[in-house]
Amino acid sequence: MSVGIEHFLTVGALLFCIGLIVALGKRNAVGVLMGVELMLNAVNLTLITFSRFAVSPRPVTGQAFTVFIITVAAAEAAVALALAVAVYRNRDTVDVDQMNLLRS
Amino acid sequence: MMPFLASDKWYDLRDLSNISREILEGADRVLPFGIVYVLAALLGFVASFLIFVLPSQLFVGVYGERKLIGRIQSRYGPNRVGPFGLLQPIADAIKLIQKEALTPTRSDRVVMYIAPLFFVAPAVLLFAVIPFGPNMIFADVPVSLMYFLAISSLPVLANFMAGWSANNKYSLFGAIRIVAMTISYETPLVMSLLGAVVIAGTLNLQGMVLWADEYKIWLGFVTPLALVIYFICVSAELNRTPTDIAEAESEIVAGYLTEYSGMKWGLFYGMDIGYAIAASAFAVTVFLGGWTLFGLEQWVPPWLIFIGKTHLFYMLFIWTRGTLPRLRSDQLMAFAWKFLLPLALFNLFIVATERMIWAEEGYPDAYVYLFAMFNILVSILLLFFWADFNGYKPGDTPTRPRLVKEPRGYVPVEEQL
Amino acid sequence: MDGFGVTFAFWVLAAITLISASGVMYSRNLFHAVLFLILTFIGVAGFFVLLSAEFIAMAQVIIYVGAIAVLVLFAVLLTPRASRDNAETRMALPGALLAVCLAAVFLFVIHDTGWKTTAEPPAISTSDLGNALLEIWVLPFLLASVLLTAALIGAIMLTRSAEEEAEDALL
Repeated sequence: MSVGIEHFLTVGALLFCIGLIVALGKRNAVGVLMGVELMLNAVNLTLITFSRFAVSPRPVTGQAFTVFIITVAAAEAAVALALAVAVYRNRDTVDVDQMNLLRS
Repeated sequence: MMPFLASDKWYDLRDLSNISREILEGADRVLPFGIVYVLAALLGFVASFLIFVLPSQLFVGVYGERKLIGRIQSRYGPNRVGPFGLLQPIADAIKLIQKEALTPTRSDRVVMYIAPLFFVAPAVLLFAVIPFGPNMIFADVPVSLMYFLAISSLPVLANFMAGWSANNKYSLFGAIRIVAMTISYETPLVMSLLGAVVIAGTLNLQGMVLWADEYKIWLGFVTPLALVIYFICVSAELNRTPTDIAEAESEIVAGYLTEYSGMKWGLFYGMDIGYAIAASAFAVTVFLGGWTLFGLEQWVPPWLIFIGKTHLFYMLFIWTRGTLPRLRSDQLMAFAWKFLLPLALFNLFIVATERMIWAEEGYPDAYVYLFAMFNILVSILLLFFWADFNGYKPGDTPTRPRLVKEPRGYVPVEEQL
Repeated sequence: MDGFGVTFAFWVLAAITLISASGVMYSRNLFHAVLFLILTFIGVAGFFVLLSAEFIAMAQVIIYVGAIAVLVLFAVLLTPRASRDNAETRMALPGALLAVCLAAVFLFVIHDTGWKTTAEPPAISTSDLGNALLEIWVLPFLLASVLLTAALIGAIMLTRSAEEEAEDALL
């Protein structure tokens, strides 16, 4: 009846893999971004787990890194969605299957 | 800090936590393991929400607001139902319950059903961290101020869900406007609260009230600009006039609530008032001293002081609503980003500098009064000069009514007497 | 971490988080997928509270639910003619296979390693975190602020229309 480090790490790993499926598999660019955010959340969860459980001389490292990852995720979401809207204005679609102008 | 005179006896009404402690300890002996936590949660919900908030909502929020706004607008408020209209909220509730809650066929039924629930739950959750007295707080989280900010960003999503799911262009307009406005006003709100946190040195709401008790001065006097910015931003977050573009009755039917009727609308309306009371309670806790009143809380029950202060702050919301006209959306956004955000940054800069000087030089505690007087002066000057710099010149609008013989159309300011 | 309360909270939060993440994957409506994403964020915030990182939990709700989810909703709103049925692309199946293999590797590593753990949570208060951010990691902190400014300017520049650019042109 106890919860150890493996439980939290398992949840983080499963969340990461679900985020990977969403990021690789969705057709809408906004859907891909949702998968990326899921992956970043999973990484945050793993970092905080290690900050709480691992034997370390400076356990606040995990939380500080999480702050940075949240910041970077917010900045990246803003730019990615601005990109999606800009592409939509030019091409009238945000379908990642159709953004292949660089090919051949 | 003086030790509190309220004793441990269950009948000492100055500290209602005695009653809950006796009930829970008695229950812990009787009930099996773990059920007492559920009972504690229920008791907290009953005590903080049903006893303190719901009557406030009904009588001050619905009845008091309509009566006061009626008086401000030179008319009687509700005065038909019961003596002086006192049964009006009950009549409203009965009407809403017996109304048919229509759901359009092509709307998203599941989301339309969930949106009012998503709106009610954060309002109830907010009262879990507000201290009503020295021991009367349901959940003393170390970061309760951030908890408040976190929970108050959730109703925006409920509004958006309501507007989107109704499959109606007016609802979508209302939803877009409300989301844009709310996220614009969240930034100055957080900045102004940050100024208060810097002075108090803690993120805990009970800690802020104890700070006010220890230094015998309210944070609203030490950072008055933060209180003003908080008031404006939170009335924008609550969609109250002059910033209620979301539910602008004369512009876009009823905004995001167009397709809601019956008790679903009643939940939105009631929790609107509930949020306003929560925001007032939060402002009272942080800026206006909470349950302390310079020593009076030893004799008068502190929760009575707190409720009185909350209602007085709520009267400010009612007053603003009755007096000011509604702003346009672009005027609102410009106001948030160009006026309030730099003002909040100035405030933060001044407050942080003062705090650093105070801490590093090791000045005695009496310097906080010096800082308070300096801050009040600087805040008034800053408000006037920054408003002038931004082009908000109240001197230009004509305030004297003119009698006209024939209509002349628009007359520029210089020609008016 | 022992105790009935902690275990119960962990399993409930794990169920909420993983089921909502699957909802993002499987739901046939983009808007419902965004709502499931919001629920996932709230679940992860619950995990942070369970792991004694309350400041990060509240920051997660404020930033992810209050700002990033709203951004995603706005992006969905501003692309009305895009497909909103949350369909999969051609690479969905190979991607899913890759993710399953990766999950297998992760789970094996997690359960095979002998973790050296502490029983007591390290006492990290919010002021400790603030001190660490401003003393030990002050350089990444300032760089993060520059990054946010760059993202702000970049997002505005990317979504300007031609008239707005012509208005503000220098020549």
